[in-house]
Amino acid sequence: MIRALLVFCCSVLFSWQVLATPVDTYEFKSAENQKRALALAHELRCPQCQNQNLIDSNSPIAKDLRLEVYKMVDAGKDDDQIIEFMTSRYGDFVLYKPRVTAKTYILWLGPVMLLALGLLVGFIFVRKQRIQAEAPSELTEEQKAELDALLKSDAEQDDGNKK
Amino acid sequence: MKKLVLFIPLLVFLGLGIFLYKGLFLNPQQLDSALEGKPIPVFSLEKLDVPGEMISNEDLKGKVSMLNVWATWCPSCKYEHPFLLMLSRKNIVPIYGINYRDERDPALQELKYQGNPYTMNIFDKDGRLGLDLGVYGAPETFLVDHKGIIRYRFAGPVDQRVWSETLYPMIQQLQAEAAQQGAAS
Repeated sequence: MIRALLVFCCSVLFSWQVLATPVDTYEFKSAENQKRALALAHELRCPQCQNQNLIDSNSPIAKDLRLEVYKMVDAGKDDDQIIEFMTSRYGDFVLYKPRVTAKTYILWLGPVMLLALGLLVGFIFVRKQRIQAEAPSELTEEQKAELDALLKSDAEQDDGNKK
Repeated sequence: MKKLVLFIPLLVFLGLGIFLYKGLFLNPQQLDSALEGKPIPVFSLEKLDVPGEMISNEDLKGKVSMLNVWATWCPSCKYEHPFLLMLSRKNIVPIYGINYRDERDPALQELKYQGNPYTMNIFDKDGRLGLDLGVYGAPETFLVDHKGIIRYRFAGPVDQRVWSETLYPMIQQLQAEAAQQGAAS
């Protein structure tokens, strides 16, 4: 009974290792290769299902491309060569992380530019406010006369209220 | 001037709005082909109807042609089949079939009973040529110029509308190009 429980506990404990490998019967030459190939396949998008990477997708094309990636890794090709192989056939679409090209500058730099623009506008606005606050307020002759008249009428009203 | 500055955020918003609104109507299934402007990938495969006899990419040069990726397991291919048959009778452009990830016997059966619109059929059993062409489904149709350069790719079934709006004008243009360069050389 206790032994059965132990076996059960162990199998549950180690089951995550079984779950973590995709169901492809491909023998890698080395564990390193396997790690690199899986990482690459995780980063590449399936052209058909569009919202899954090559590992998650069940479509036949994803399976093919997956195996293609594995084979290329085992053949000693580096990541750039493999990504080149994929993009030359399926376009930049298969990259989850778009490349920095003339076409995608706006994508990469847009948010930064908008932030910079916002900061600039904010800065200018605050500076203007400060300059206005600091500026000594000079009254023209007309305004002085108006002010005097107002103060005078105020004083008269106050006198009136007192009576 | 000052008043105009106040309109800048509105203009930015409108610009973004138009851009994103257009994005709503893009078809995510219509990917840009990475191969347009590139030559047909190098291949050497058997003919579908004559086992052992090879076709290579060199055989597809010299004439404007249409490459059509098809298979017996593909329902949309069955849908476009009658249209392709009609096209082949018109003799406008040679249609080369790429029988993609299929079995030879059922494929030949299908052509026998449904009619054969293809000038020639390339037997791409493992989908290797398909892979090199960036095919991710069937049917797909490629337009190839007389030098063997892929000039256009259409993913999905060809029908009258696609043909008259897109493919036919393009084929006419490519054929005019071919005639011009043929005259020049």
